[in-house]
Amino acid sequence: MTISDILAQIKNSSARTVVEDSLERARNNESYHALLNLTSNRALKRADEVDSGKITGKLAGVPFVVKDNFLAFGAPTTAASKMLENFDAPLQATAVEKLEQEGAICIGKANLDAFAHGGSTENSAFGPTKNAIDTSRVAGGSSGGSAVVTALNIVPFAIGSDTGGSIRQPASYNGVVGVKTTYGAVSRFGVVAMASSTDVIGSFATNITDAELITDIITGLDVRDMTTLPDFFEIQSETKPSQKIGLISDFMTDDVDIEVRNKVNEYVEKLRLNGHIVENVNLPMAEYALAIYYIIVPAELSSNLARYDGIRYGHRADGTKTLAELYGKTRDEGFVTENKRRIMIGSYVLSSGYFDAYYLQAQKARTLLVKEFDKLFEKYDILIGPTAPTPAFKLGENTIDPIKMYLNDIMTVPTSLAGLPAISVPAGINKSGLPIGVQLMGPRRSDAMLLSLARSMEDK
Amino acid sequence: MTQISRDDVLHLAQLSSLELDESEIDGLQTDISNILGYVEQLNKLDTSGVEPTYQVTGLSSVWRDDKVIDYGITREDLLERAPEIVDFQIKVPKVL
Repeated sequence: MTISDILAQIKNSSARTVVEDSLERARNNESYHALLNLTSNRALKRADEVDSGKITGKLAGVPFVVKDNFLAFGAPTTAASKMLENFDAPLQATAVEKLEQEGAICIGKANLDAFAHGGSTENSAFGPTKNAIDTSRVAGGSSGGSAVVTALNIVPFAIGSDTGGSIRQPASYNGVVGVKTTYGAVSRFGVVAMASSTDVIGSFATNITDAELITDIITGLDVRDMTTLPDFFEIQSETKPSQKIGLISDFMTDDVDIEVRNKVNEYVEKLRLNGHIVENVNLPMAEYALAIYYIIVPAELSSNLARYDGIRYGHRADGTKTLAELYGKTRDEGFVTENKRRIMIGSYVLSSGYFDAYYLQAQKARTLLVKEFDKLFEKYDILIGPTAPTPAFKLGENTIDPIKMYLNDIMTVPTSLAGLPAISVPAGINKSGLPIGVQLMGPRRSDAMLLSLARSMEDK
Repeated sequence: MTQISRDDVLHLAQLSSLELDESEIDGLQTDISNILGYVEQLNKLDTSGVEPTYQVTGLSSVWRDDKVIDYGITREDLLERAPEIVDFQIKVPKVL
């Protein structure tokens, strides 16, 4: 399902019909548990306003879904947690506002790992999302619900957040396009903060042209998020010929699923057939990226999640006698175990006595990683590799071992730590029919170039 | 490799204002020990003379005008989201 198909349908029938159909598909696919709440009333009201001409724009009447860590009207913003189960947002995230200004219609809020902590959507306080292709397998995460609603054609596009792979990995597992933008390209205002130095906003779509359109709409400076960059994104309809592309050898070792490697190699051959030059390159710091990530991210999120204290909004535990008891019990009831695990690791690495050995060492190691990327981009336009080491794994397969779970992010965290744009593009399916994604990575602000190259390879 | 004791887990929980369920403590003790063991591989890296990277945009000291931005949200809108209010103030249990 493409955005232009939907726009044609709206022209031939009405926005109301299209939105009603989309809501109907969402209800018919409830067994996947991709959506936590529908925003039906508000969506239908807006659809009528499109039909009456009151709402216009490039996406007038086009339904979409937003990950439930974005503040949006029409349903609670839960972050898939008990902490915010009934939280009614007083305002909307900038990304949601920008899409609404173009007439898009949010039909529901997608499931995620609670507070976006996880890589399978199994950490949702409300139960996991099932993979769109094989329901015995995970959706990936943390933006699992957004990936699945796109893959199931409930909506033509969905919005997510990516801190260490949370858009790209579920996109790969469900066979859709996933875009992680350059750090600072899209405002995070109104998005539940996780790790402020790597959180970015991006999109899921069924094809590159739609992903380009959405990226074009949501990017840009926002005075309410002082990390945003002036708008640099401009769709490149002409793809730069004979690009120099580096295939990251460190992501193509024997540890990586053979069918995943085969699909990446097939994509590389396609690039060569289309006049691009692909060479093997090394990124030795990739080996350390996950260790860096699991110090910096828990440190930042332990601070960001301190705000959930049961005082001003969200859940508050009953029957406590002192303030300390109220904090402790509220946070026990409001967080899932993975949230607690990460907060406690964050508290550990930031403790006096451990700060230099863990946090500072990780931030220095991060510099070494960033420098390796910068050096590669002196010689190469784009880097390529798999999005994840395997296709979607079985539900429950990795839940008892957090490190095994974290290892699924090993190919997505390096670009997150360096703030680089990266996209996951469907590269085919394995023998069991499971989708495999290929990842394209570029220097900061090269988002449009990555998408343009991927578009030129579609259907080739 | 760092071994985290049961007391360490309880201390970290206290630092984090978290009460733990009895059933979670053993698991967290194992997981936190394993995760810290995993990230300790960074000790192998020579980072002498390397500056830390705290952010990647290169932006520094982004200022805005010192003006109140009106989001169309009233004091009442925010207070009605608090779990308990009395006379337009948020009520909490005693501090000490």
